Amino acid sequence: MSSNIYDAIVIGSGISGGWAAKELTEKGLKTIMLERGHNIEHVKDYVNANRGPWEFPHRGGRTQEMIANYPVLQRDYPLNETNLSYWTNEKESPYTETKRFDWYRGYHVGGRSLMWGRQSYRHSEYDFEANAKEGIAVDWPIRYKDVAPWYSYVERFAGINGNQDGLPQLPDGDFLPAMEMNCVEKDVAARIKAHYKGSRHMIMGRSANLTVPLQNRTNCQYRNKCWLGCPFGGYFSTQSSTLPAAVKTGNLTLRPYSIVTRILYDKDTKKARGVEVLDAETNQTYEYLAKVVFICASTLNSTWILMNSAIEVWPDGLGSSSGELGHNLMDHHFRVGAAGIVEGYEDKYYYGRRPNGIYIPRFRNLFNDKRDYLRGFGYQGAASRQNWGREVAELNIGSEFKDTLCEPGPWRMGILAFGEILPYHENKISLDKNTKDKWGLPVLNFDCEIRENEQKMRKDMMDDAQEILEVAGLKEIATYDNGYAMGQGIHEMGTARMGRDPKTSVLNEWNQVWDAKNVYITDGACMTSGSCVNPSLTYMALTARAVNHAVGELKKMNL
Amino acid sequence: MNRREALSTVAWLLGGTIISADLFTNLACRPKAEKYNDLFTQEQISLLDEVAETILPATNTPGAKDAKVGEFMGLMVRDCYKPEDQKIFINGIGRLEKEAEKKFKKKFSECNAAQRTELLTELDKEQKAYSKDKSQEAPNHYFKMIKELTLLGFFTSEVGATKALRYVSVPGRYDGCIPYKKGDRAFS
Repeated sequence: MSSNIYDAIVIGSGISGGWAAKELTEKGLKTIMLERGHNIEHVKDYVNANRGPWEFPHRGGRTQEMIANYPVLQRDYPLNETNLSYWTNEKESPYTETKRFDWYRGYHVGGRSLMWGRQSYRHSEYDFEANAKEGIAVDWPIRYKDVAPWYSYVERFAGINGNQDGLPQLPDGDFLPAMEMNCVEKDVAARIKAHYKGSRHMIMGRSANLTVPLQNRTNCQYRNKCWLGCPFGGYFSTQSSTLPAAVKTGNLTLRPYSIVTRILYDKDTKKARGVEVLDAETNQTYEYLAKVVFICASTLNSTWILMNSAIEVWPDGLGSSSGELGHNLMDHHFRVGAAGIVEGYEDKYYYGRRPNGIYIPRFRNLFNDKRDYLRGFGYQGAASRQNWGREVAELNIGSEFKDTLCEPGPWRMGILAFGEILPYHENKISLDKNTKDKWGLPVLNFDCEIRENEQKMRKDMMDDAQEILEVAGLKEIATYDNGYAMGQGIHEMGTARMGRDPKTSVLNEWNQVWDAKNVYITDGACMTSGSCVNPSLTYMALTARAVNHAVGELKKMNL
Repeated sequence: MNRREALSTVAWLLGGTIISADLFTNLACRPKAEKYNDLFTQEQISLLDEVAETILPATNTPGAKDAKVGEFMGLMVRDCYKPEDQKIFINGIGRLEKEAEKKFKKKFSECNAAQRTELLTELDKEQKAYSKDKSQEAPNHYFKMIKELTLLGFFTSEVGATKALRYVSVPGRYDGCIPYKKGDRAFS
């Protein structure tokens, strides 16, 4: 039994879990990182990373068999032939939907840090204040200044590229050199600047790709094949960044195939003793004991663990005393935008496949702008020349047609909006005890939807896209709203929110579970509101901050 | 059994009446046709290769046949198409042959290059007109399927991506503004 005792337990090995493991081990704690899925070793297991498009039998597409096997993944772009093994087996791990929720999961070492979009932005003061100012949900227990140094800390280690743009709604950070806009994007940015006179901006996207070498990692090679796993370590993932740092300390034990079924809660000390683990391969149950537990199992699975824990004290699980566990589920709503043709750059082209684009930070409901909805949205986008898949109106088939397609087509530019979803108590997950996964464990049920605020915002998301592209001089602009189902943003947030009061929140200002102070949740579950920016950088910062707190508390014998 | 024998057998079975060429084909020919996979015969794959080559012929760069686009279509339709689309595609091959028969009184593979181009240009105009007005739920035109698979199969093939286009496996850097002159090949 003694071999099962550690200083710290980290549940999950994705972006948040990797950071927790790195920080804990570097501070000298013997740490075990429990991952429910299989191992994926850096470089060695990126089996498709060096393949040309022709080396995939269906050229990256999806077969009917894949569609049948992945009823959720097939609902949107993630189902594809090139990294299929990185996505969760849905037959083994089902879930139920009272209302539709698209849950795109990665059950393996590294989690979705391997497939993530890498866009990395800080939340701003406006984001942290919004709930309090507008009387929405509960107030964040922290402000921008509390997280700012931790943003810097994680940016320096993870390697985030970007410019210092000087925008209060999108704070600058400790960035590597930015990637470059192409010539069309540069001119479009200049036209937007001239027209809006500083009220709207188009900046270079900030991403977790190295623009210069960092630690033992090679800088980005502009292959744009990140989601296959990068053999150069060019983007931030657990494997490329935090895991090797944790391993280097000699303090890390990594245990794949370890499904944490519950936190072992001691009602006398009001603390966790450790966790119960079900070995996914052998179905054996083990106990691991530690002084502190970091739950970083991905937003909804972190909450699932709480729901299954301490039910002898609270029937709805650890953290349910607030009545908020499982509630306030958020995502970012998107799939609305506009695109058009850019004329006048036929003698210009670009070299390399840039895994990043432009960004138009939020401008709605900020400063002097006031809309009939709350919060706002930002746009991601890019300009590029069309490829062989384009329509050539005047040509049908034959050699002229072919030779035309062998040349780059007209320049096009598109922008795609990502909007904030308010934290609604009614948007929730719960345990569905009638449906079991492969291991006989109850699954999650989803009951959530976007509401009037988001619907109103979507109108602006489309109309503003049109206006911005018109200002930028584009032609043949077409807008679209392809509809949105919660989860599609793959930015699950909330369900165990931070707050100032144990009666209305699950976690305190340090990400500690109010009802078990040596349990920290630092992934997306902790989010009190969602902002409209990509959330992963915030999980990194909150995780590093929480570990620093936990280790301090351990030293003071407070945990 | 040769063709004449088969024909007479069928005629005898049906009481002396030769009812249709289709029946003959079904009864006598199919068992002999060499299969490419569950859906396609080798002959159909060869036909698709010729069709693809007419859409994207070898010029000063390789063409669709060099990329084995016929086989690619056979694989994609079998693995990736829904059954209803498979049916449209396979019936489409028959329709294409009928069009050739109607127009030139011969099989597509017996048509010369100019005839092939003429026929497929017409079919492409037909599918463009059809696609423009069709509702989203209505099925795709078979020639649109053939054309799209031809483009995908060719430009993502090794010869297509590296010889017709420029493929750089590891670009190493990004340059957002380089000069371009007409005729320079696109990067794949």
